Amino acid sequence: MANFIGALPGAASQGLIWGIMAIGVYITYKILDVADLTVDGSFCTGGAVFVMLFGAGVPVPVALLAAFGAGLAAGLATGLLHTFCGIPAILSGILTQLGLWSVNLAVMGMKANVSINVNDTANLNKLWVSLRFVTSVGDGSMPFYRHPIVVVGVFTLVVIAVLYWFFGTELGSALRATGANGNMARAQGINTDVTKVLGLMLSNGLVALSGALLSQYQSFADASMGRGAIVIGLAAVIIGEVIFSKIFRNFALNLLAVSFGAIIYYMVIQAVISLSNINTNYLKLISAVIVAIFLTVPYWKGKYLSKPVKKGGLPNA
Amino acid sequence: MLDIKGIWKTFNAGTVNEKTALRGVDLHLDNGDFVTVIGGNGAGKSTLLNAIAGTWLVDEGTISIDGTDVTKLSEHKRAKYIGRVFQDPMMGTAATMQIDENLALAMRRGKARTLRTGISREERENYKELLKILDLGLENRLTSKVGLLSGGQRQALTLLMATLQKPKLLLLDEHTAALDPKTAAKVLETTEKIVGRDKLTTLMITHNMRDAIAHGNRLIMMYEGKIVVDVSGEEKRKLTVERLLSLFSQASGSDEADDKLLLG
Repeated sequence: MANFIGALPGAASQGLIWGIMAIGVYITYKILDVADLTVDGSFCTGGAVFVMLFGAGVPVPVALLAAFGAGLAAGLATGLLHTFCGIPAILSGILTQLGLWSVNLAVMGMKANVSINVNDTANLNKLWVSLRFVTSVGDGSMPFYRHPIVVVGVFTLVVIAVLYWFFGTELGSALRATGANGNMARAQGINTDVTKVLGLMLSNGLVALSGALLSQYQSFADASMGRGAIVIGLAAVIIGEVIFSKIFRNFALNLLAVSFGAIIYYMVIQAVISLSNINTNYLKLISAVIVAIFLTVPYWKGKYLSKPVKKGGLPNA
Repeated sequence: MLDIKGIWKTFNAGTVNEKTALRGVDLHLDNGDFVTVIGGNGAGKSTLLNAIAGTWLVDEGTISIDGTDVTKLSEHKRAKYIGRVFQDPMMGTAATMQIDENLALAMRRGKARTLRTGISREERENYKELLKILDLGLENRLTSKVGLLSGGQRQALTLLMATLQKPKLLLLDEHTAALDPKTAAKVLETTEKIVGRDKLTTLMITHNMRDAIAHGNRLIMMYEGKIVVDVSGEEKRKLTVERLLSLFSQASGSDEADDKLLLG
């Protein structure tokens, strides 16, 4: 139990980082109504770009921006495969993801794993988030605002604020309309190919940003760090929805629910690990089971516990 | 206003399912014409409307709207000129978006979508006024999700959206066919109100011969991908169902008209 409590701040920090990726997944899965599997590749792309640039002495904000840009490019590739080449969305994502495996290795100089040198204190202090800061804040050698929960929390709030603004603009509304009803969107003069590409880019940009934050947090990038990312993203979206949909109505709060969903997911995983001494090889299986359960609950609820719904229409309609 | 010259469209060319839906259709609409289109299943009515709207490109022929050749333009580019209401009430609106958001999307039809706000406060007030013409009380439910509305309410809303930016051409594809008779009558009444107010050039498909006769200043009947009857002016005003059926038999050289047209 003590293990579990001790691991909580770390789990919450990781959950928050993955939450930014999950917000990216929310854009494609919930808003655009596309299951985008690019995520598993672009997450690592973000991490790889960040680690390499930081290693070469590029300042953190610039490296983060570059990671975001690399994610945009990955989304662009999937978007063009889908719209310009007419390949089904799910397959386009798989193709990009597969191709990115090689790209990510190339970015990391053909190595499967690249580390950030955090034993050099000057180097470590340049980072915005790191696993080591959790203990540093804990023992008082660093001010509280350097704690990863605070830093990533601020990141998350900024991302949510920007997205809230964007989806309220004409362009953002066009993107929502594309996902809600493509026929209607085209009839209203919206180029749905453009909006789909834009959505995929924005989504993968956030995913890559999240990957960059994670590699910074754990001080390395790994070619397989994105494996299963889409499942974690979907888990966060669905857990957030199942738990918070009754209280959160506003769009910004829905995004916040996704972030909470990711934290809850990590807490559950952490609890399973530290309370049961399970072999960590089973983590992927546990993840799949957790996601399957959270996907099943709303379906069964609708099927077996449905109450007659008042449709809200006027009698004279 | 609308000029269609010799358009042809074949679906699934070269397969067993090959179907030539339009066989050299010519049609000219004057400014302010309200034309009803009638014909049996598979006569090519919806195909004609989709050809004009640009759902796909025609194989042959040209289409121009108000002097602009739109034959090669994609659907979203043509939307600048065209307002549309579909047969399926679910198709014309975004269910997961609010009533005012749907209207705001329609208000920007044919304009560049920028990073300006998607809906302003003044707009909302304006929509409240505009919704009153539908007489459904929707002006008090501006922020309701459209998915909560009934089929009739959604069709009425789609009609308002299609005409929010005055279109050069209004295309109505059996927009009352999926509604119960009472609701259908109400939506048709609203259609008359809006088309009359804005003097819109309109092409309206209907399955109902009486509706086709009662509305508009001109009626065309399609059969096997061609326009076989075209009645306007005084003749249209005096038209009866019997007269229409006999016109159809003469034009198509077939007696099968009765069942196909009446039962639709």
